[in-house]
Amino acid sequence: MSYPIITIIIFLPVLGALLLQFVPRSRANLIRTFALLVTLIDLGLGIVVLTGYKLGQAGMQFVEKASWIPKAGISYHVGLDGISLPLFELTLLLTVVAVLASWSIKDRVREHYSLMLLLAVGMLGTFVALDFVLFYIFWELVLIPMYFIIGIWGGENRNYAAVKFFLYTLAGSVLMLVGIITLYFTSGLGTFDMVKLMQAGYHSQYGLFIFITFFLGFAVKVPMWPFHTWLPDAHVQAPAAGSVLLAGILLKMGTYAFIRIVVQILPAEFVKFAPFIAVLAVISIVYGAYTALAQQDLKKMVAYSSVSHMGYVMLGIAALTPVALNGAVLQMVAHGLITGMLFLMVGYIYERTHTRDIKKLGGLSIKIPILGGMFVFAALASLGLPGLSGFVGELLILLGSYSVFKIFTIFAVLTLALTSFYLIRANQNAIFGMPQSWMGDFKDASGRELISALPLIILIVAIGVYPQPILHYINPAVNTVLQIVRGS
Amino acid sequence: MLAYYLPLIVLVPILSFITLVIFGKRWGGKSAYVSIAAVLISLGLSIKALIDVLGGLSTKVLFTWASIGSFHITFGFLLDPLSAMMLVVVTLVSALVQIFSMGYMHGDKRYGWFYACLSMFTASMLLLVFAPNYVQMYMAWEGVGVFSYLLIGFWFEKRSASQAAKKAFMVTRVGDLGFAIALILLYVHAGTLDMGKLFAMHFAPALAATISILMFFGAVGKSAQFPLHVWLPDAMEGPTPVSALIHAATMVAAGVYLVARSYPLFEKGPASLEFVAVIGTITAFMAATIALTATDIKKVLAYSTISQLGYMMMGLGVGAFAAGAFHLFTHAFFKALLFLGAGSVIHAVHSQEIFEMGGLWKKMKITSITFIIGGLALAGVPPFAGFWSKDEILLGAYTSGHTVIFWIGILTALLTAFYTFRLIFVVFFGQPRADHHGHAHESPAVMSIPLLILGFFALTAGLLGSPFMHNAFQGFIAPGHEAEAINPLVMGLSVAVALIGITAAWLKYGTQLLPENIIGKNNPVYKLVANKYYMDELYQYVLITPTHVLARFVLKFDQIVVDGIVNGVAKATAAFGSGMKRLQTGYVQNYALFMLVGLIILIIWSFRFLGIH
Repeated sequence: MSYPIITIIIFLPVLGALLLQFVPRSRANLIRTFALLVTLIDLGLGIVVLTGYKLGQAGMQFVEKASWIPKAGISYHVGLDGISLPLFELTLLLTVVAVLASWSIKDRVREHYSLMLLLAVGMLGTFVALDFVLFYIFWELVLIPMYFIIGIWGGENRNYAAVKFFLYTLAGSVLMLVGIITLYFTSGLGTFDMVKLMQAGYHSQYGLFIFITFFLGFAVKVPMWPFHTWLPDAHVQAPAAGSVLLAGILLKMGTYAFIRIVVQILPAEFVKFAPFIAVLAVISIVYGAYTALAQQDLKKMVAYSSVSHMGYVMLGIAALTPVALNGAVLQMVAHGLITGMLFLMVGYIYERTHTRDIKKLGGLSIKIPILGGMFVFAALASLGLPGLSGFVGELLILLGSYSVFKIFTIFAVLTLALTSFYLIRANQNAIFGMPQSWMGDFKDASGRELISALPLIILIVAIGVYPQPILHYINPAVNTVLQIVRGS
Repeated sequence: MLAYYLPLIVLVPILSFITLVIFGKRWGGKSAYVSIAAVLISLGLSIKALIDVLGGLSTKVLFTWASIGSFHITFGFLLDPLSAMMLVVVTLVSALVQIFSMGYMHGDKRYGWFYACLSMFTASMLLLVFAPNYVQMYMAWEGVGVFSYLLIGFWFEKRSASQAAKKAFMVTRVGDLGFAIALILLYVHAGTLDMGKLFAMHFAPALAATISILMFFGAVGKSAQFPLHVWLPDAMEGPTPVSALIHAATMVAAGVYLVARSYPLFEKGPASLEFVAVIGTITAFMAATIALTATDIKKVLAYSTISQLGYMMMGLGVGAFAAGAFHLFTHAFFKALLFLGAGSVIHAVHSQEIFEMGGLWKKMKITSITFIIGGLALAGVPPFAGFWSKDEILLGAYTSGHTVIFWIGILTALLTAFYTFRLIFVVFFGQPRADHHGHAHESPAVMSIPLLILGFFALTAGLLGSPFMHNAFQGFIAPGHEAEAINPLVMGLSVAVALIGITAAWLKYGTQLLPENIIGKNNPVYKLVANKYYMDELYQYVLITPTHVLARFVLKFDQIVVDGIVNGVAKATAAFGSGMKRLQTGYVQNYALFMLVGLIILIIWSFRFLGIH
């Protein structure tokens, strides 16, 4: 490809955000449509990348490299492999969904969409950056728009949640920065280039120190137990679109960073601490499921379910077998689609009922059968129903992890019953049964709402029914990762 | 020869599902035609498949579903005698149930959704039957489970219906955990989940038994075996045609099918078969006793289903593989018949309580006659279908030396005949017990014709496996099967207990000869049985309540301890910050001093720690 398509995709939203400033505030619909158009063009370009990607090839593709601060070994270096590509595409899709989901926001529309476009830049950049400085900039760039999205358009307790989200994850990324700088000074290569660092391997006594900083930085983002308490607060207070991106993309930045950075640059340290990571992963799985079961708030339930589901991803990463790691990457995508859809549905339901209290809901499949039905669908997908994408990821993770972590894997399997329990309970109490007496008439899903959910439904089914195409993308990249681990 | 048409058997009902999800609401009553046409196509192709198998065809059509390195999960369509038999049973019963439902569900506001679910249930069940590997089996297994869930909760406005749906999903899911662990163990030890490859491998007996028993847990859940049977009676909250199709003829038999399909694996660890036999026997007996006390027509049939599934497991467990499969086959017809007959009765009298019925013989001839045929088949009276297959199971228990199991089986047969004819005498004979049943009349043709067709099979299906036809069925399912010689003792006992049971039921419920209460309502044994052995209460107090309590505890821990530490750190930092505020004197020289100190510390630290010289 002769033109820098990845760069165009990353920075198109910046251009969009800039142009938005010329649209008068009063033209809310024009602002929305324009933002939608920008994200759709971006998605279209993303599909061009997807079709142009050469399957079965190891290594980075669509690489764009330019020296930036050569003296410090900093370069503008981006590229995609089979691990980042699915997440990159997921980001493009969920951004469109988020733009559609926030159509109902009436307050400061221009600011909202500007921030959302900037957020897209950070998320996209994180998944393609192959230089640590670039990576860090994109990683931090995600924080700021999300802070404002929660803090301005959030619920009653938005300030607390936004500040907590910001400080907690900032603390994590500052630690990561310390790790990056230490890595730079001690690797002996004088470069921030991730690919070079991966290929050279890192051998120094500071490996442990860097591992700890990276681990803490990324574990907060995933989030792993016990660094997860920012998540439920942020989710409950965030507007629907914010929650979709938070659960759908932001959490994956953490697990992605584990695979891209910790596993590939510090393989020896990672292998040494893998059992420890697996313990935390299993605690996250079980603990997240129990806390989800005790929730009365639908959104909090989905938030805690994310802690549990991301625990499966971490278990798969810790196991480092081909099957488990393929499953972990696939599960990231599946969880992004499924939990994104769950938050979307909870958001749409909330817009109508103005409550998320499971006890106050009920009978939604009579009042709003389409939205209710889609919630049930997403809940079934989330509990790992075969034929839907969540099952494939979980199956591969569990099959691949058992040979490494026997007891942990059994715990992870047994927790599947709890997962069913809280989701089926939510179905029963919120969706089925008779409508409560306080409920008036609600309008069922609008065309816009249907369209926002449709691509998610289609992909959840498509990946679940036939996962081989996506595995074609993931597997070669996973092999590369495992070669690096074996080589160390 | 590639059997190119096999995927169509599954795909056509899936297309019907997709069509009805989109258009079902708009088409309303016409939805039935789409679904019925689809299942009839599948039925036709299934019959073709059966004929091909009878002609010696045995084949697999495979697709790669997922492959990672050397690990491949294939999807496919395995055609052999066992699957061919099941294909025909599933599509035939499904077709008849769907035709029946045109009358039964007439005017329901979610008619299109009902048929959509039936279509997709049928497709999932067929996919399960076709499975050549355990991943597909597991997937279809969960697929039938979820459509069972949606159909039990079809009238979800009723709290009891959505509760029952939740219970069914959860209880079977618990059993499936065993199945899932079995899958993982198979993969780790054999590197494949392909049945053909697995069955050809060598396994240590202890390992094979462990895996088989774990897999059997899944079957215990799905086929409502003790102690996970508790969901099936509640599942009767679903529309009655659903009970006939899913909770009598097909899905609940999936557990039996799984064991039958995996028989080579179970045989590698013979202890697992003993386990299957014991669980099956306990289930058969226990459920039959509860059926004696149930007064809801559907619940009696539900416990009877549990009991009969127990017989099938008993048969497989004692080594009578063909007999277990044979009973699955005959039971599908006569139990679907009984459920649809019950549906016809409920449709007429708008009640499920048998002691509010009575005297329906005069008003509903077709329903009565076919129901009695089904009852005779269930009670095990020759030459009706159930007699031959149950007799084969008892014979298997007897000849394999499982004496205790054999006698419990005989005793259960007595109980079966009694509760079946208790139902028949109370519902169809005597005087109507409630006035509002005066207007009861025979159901329309769409309902009575399926009854007649099933009645025909309930009468004749057993003959296929009877000595009159040299156990043709068993020879087909298990090639090389030696026709067992008729054992006069077993067959005589079996007939005798059936007749004794029917006579006793007649004396008690068909005449006024016996006193009203032979066993008092306060008799402790009666109370134990009538309360279903307090199993539901046991689960509530031992499992469900503690889970909720633990969940609330973990949440409190999360809020107070984990988040408390986070907020504590934040507060401490803030306090530290306000303490530091005093250092903010505003004098530039002070700041410069701090900067200098800081810089020196940083430089020393980086030299020491980072080794920069």
